Amino acid sequence: MRFVDEYRSPELARRLADEISGLVEPGRRYKLMEVCGGHTHAIYRHGVEDLLPEAIELVHGPGCPVCVIPMGRQDDAIALAERPEVVFATFGDMMRVPSSRGSLLDAKARGADVRMVYSPLDALKLAREHPDREVVFFAIGFETTAPATALTLLRARAEGVRNFSVFANHVTIIPAIRALLDSPDLRLDAFIGPGHVSTVIGLRPYRFIARDYGKPVVVSGFEPLDVLQGVQMVMRQLAEGRSQVENQYTRVVREEGNPLAMRALAETMELRTTFEWRGLGFISQSALKLREEFAQWDAEVRYELPGVRVADPKACQCGEVLKGVIKPWECKVFGTACTPDRPIGTCMVSSEGACAAYYNYGRHAGRRRERAPA
Amino acid sequence: MEGHARTEEEVLDAIERRRRRPRRKLLDDRITLAHGAGGKSTHALIESLFLEQLRNPLLEPLADSAVLRAGGASGPRLAFTTDSFVVKPLFFPGGDIGELAVNGTVNDLAMAGATPLCLSAGFIVEEGLPVEDLARIAASMGAAAQAAGVDVAAGDTKVVERGKADGVYVNTSGVGIVEHELELGPTAIRPGDRVLLSGTLADHGMAIMIARGELELEVELESDTAPLHGIVAALLAATDQVRALRDPTRGGLATVLNELALASETAVVLDERALPVGAEVRGACEILGIDPLYVANEGKLAAVVAPEAADAALAALLAHPLGRDAAIVGEVRDDPPGMVLLETAFGGSRVVDVLTGDPLPRIC
Repeated sequence: MRFVDEYRSPELARRLADEISGLVEPGRRYKLMEVCGGHTHAIYRHGVEDLLPEAIELVHGPGCPVCVIPMGRQDDAIALAERPEVVFATFGDMMRVPSSRGSLLDAKARGADVRMVYSPLDALKLAREHPDREVVFFAIGFETTAPATALTLLRARAEGVRNFSVFANHVTIIPAIRALLDSPDLRLDAFIGPGHVSTVIGLRPYRFIARDYGKPVVVSGFEPLDVLQGVQMVMRQLAEGRSQVENQYTRVVREEGNPLAMRALAETMELRTTFEWRGLGFISQSALKLREEFAQWDAEVRYELPGVRVADPKACQCGEVLKGVIKPWECKVFGTACTPDRPIGTCMVSSEGACAAYYNYGRHAGRRRERAPA
Repeated sequence: MEGHARTEEEVLDAIERRRRRPRRKLLDDRITLAHGAGGKSTHALIESLFLEQLRNPLLEPLADSAVLRAGGASGPRLAFTTDSFVVKPLFFPGGDIGELAVNGTVNDLAMAGATPLCLSAGFIVEEGLPVEDLARIAASMGAAAQAAGVDVAAGDTKVVERGKADGVYVNTSGVGIVEHELELGPTAIRPGDRVLLSGTLADHGMAIMIARGELELEVELESDTAPLHGIVAALLAATDQVRALRDPTRGGLATVLNELALASETAVVLDERALPVGAEVRGACEILGIDPLYVANEGKLAAVVAPEAADAALAALLAHPLGRDAAIVGEVRDDPPGMVLLETAFGGSRVVDVLTGDPLPRIC
């Protein structure tokens, strides 16, 4: 199929894999973090790790929007969904995320009107179709999805739709990366930068990583060859002792990003002073809330929310997994108390979460590698 | 636990042991949509609730059809099955709920290698449904029954209040006669066997998803709903080395192969490059991030066949109008037991696990 198969060619993959092997310094081990959950998913779905030399370890970063939502916010979401006047519109991924009172799927079974949507504009459409109900959209995601929420807000204002509001949980990737870099227990060699976030924010925001922390960053696409080429470019930088921000995903990502999307974001949303990330704790200026001009579309203004901070379940080590400190299988509850059908932590819920990806797709590869003769 | 860090191998072994454990526990206190999605939750519900209360040797294999012998040891073997249809929308490109209800039950019989004899049809109709809609559904059931050479011999109608059913729900049951002496099923599967698929994956599920009109994708996909007993007869005429037949409906090919792998304690290894998927369906799946292995089919079969019979079986499928895209898509190995693996087109490999929830509610 055009525009798909050319990014999945096994011949090109083998050639890249050989080049990558050639860039490995004997005796050295490499920890590369792919920041984005989309990469994690692609890596496992296509078996990319099978093609990498044993010395390279891919660490799965915090760029999975479902995975970073703290329990307290999920509790708030369920409280909103259970209001009798509310139609709660959410991406399908959030349906199974556990809160301290079950998931949205459980709330739905108890009678809450929870609808799955594919875009915030679908939620706005629901509001137009049900003028007697209050539609609340559960907005999650990084800079990738935030502009769609922004455009929906602008449209809601332009059309004067009053029975629509947004429960904003949009987060920004740069502060999270900075928090990771400042985390004492972390040892990473380089980053595979997020592709679609960069489509919006461009390349400039990553410069501090290369300049101040001396770590290479290669913004990469989501096809398996993209990821492999991203690894190759990172390895080349490391071999040559460079640390720069490079763009593998030139067919989509521009240096300056998408100014139109950034403008829509700036018009509708502003930075929160601080926001809690699952497993990473509070990170200052790391999330977006609606601007005051949009207060009448802001679910946090319109409704009384519990807003209680709920500690993550003790056994759950999502935080360490998100930081790449431990691998999914090293978590104490992985595969025992925490499985995709009964997740404890968010990393086990989304198909982009490191634990779910490893559980569903990857676990045989790990085993085979371990069994293979050295 | 403390003081002893588990190795990756130990963690994975524990997961595999747990997967192979025959009985799953039902831990929920309310039914959610996941219990109807055909994945792990459905299995837990069936095995720990229904099977627990209704256990008997005919039900126990949880096959598409029960196969029983009528009138003593020398009597004919009969296949018996039932299926309910709650698809939304009622009418979709390539078919409607009526045609689906006939073909679905015919296919459950066909997977036992049976020739369908007759069906029953039960209708639960919502107050307010246009008679014209019901007439269309009845007409297409009639046409489908005629095409499949089967009579609808008994029926029932109930009407419920507005809001209590989504238009109409249809249940069909069917009886068929098994005219061969093969024991089809997971116990017959051996390492080395080949896995064949009769045609392209994911047509029905993706057609329904698009037909709901919620996605604004401008592509018209058609359901593949079709009766499969003819192609099964052609396959069984070509070789008596068929081990098992399944129609990969709800939960897709991944789900039925996992069921076979678990029940036969073998591994199934699929070759991604060999899996037939139509270009439009593949495009839609890529855009929506859906894996065609988990999407429903309503006119395809997966056959496990002895290695020496694989070529003859493939030729028989290819020669049938419903098998034009048939392919050998994988093989059975002994290790790791109970698992389905995929050799990716990219050159890697991964696990194909049982689906947890369903991205496409109510597709059949």
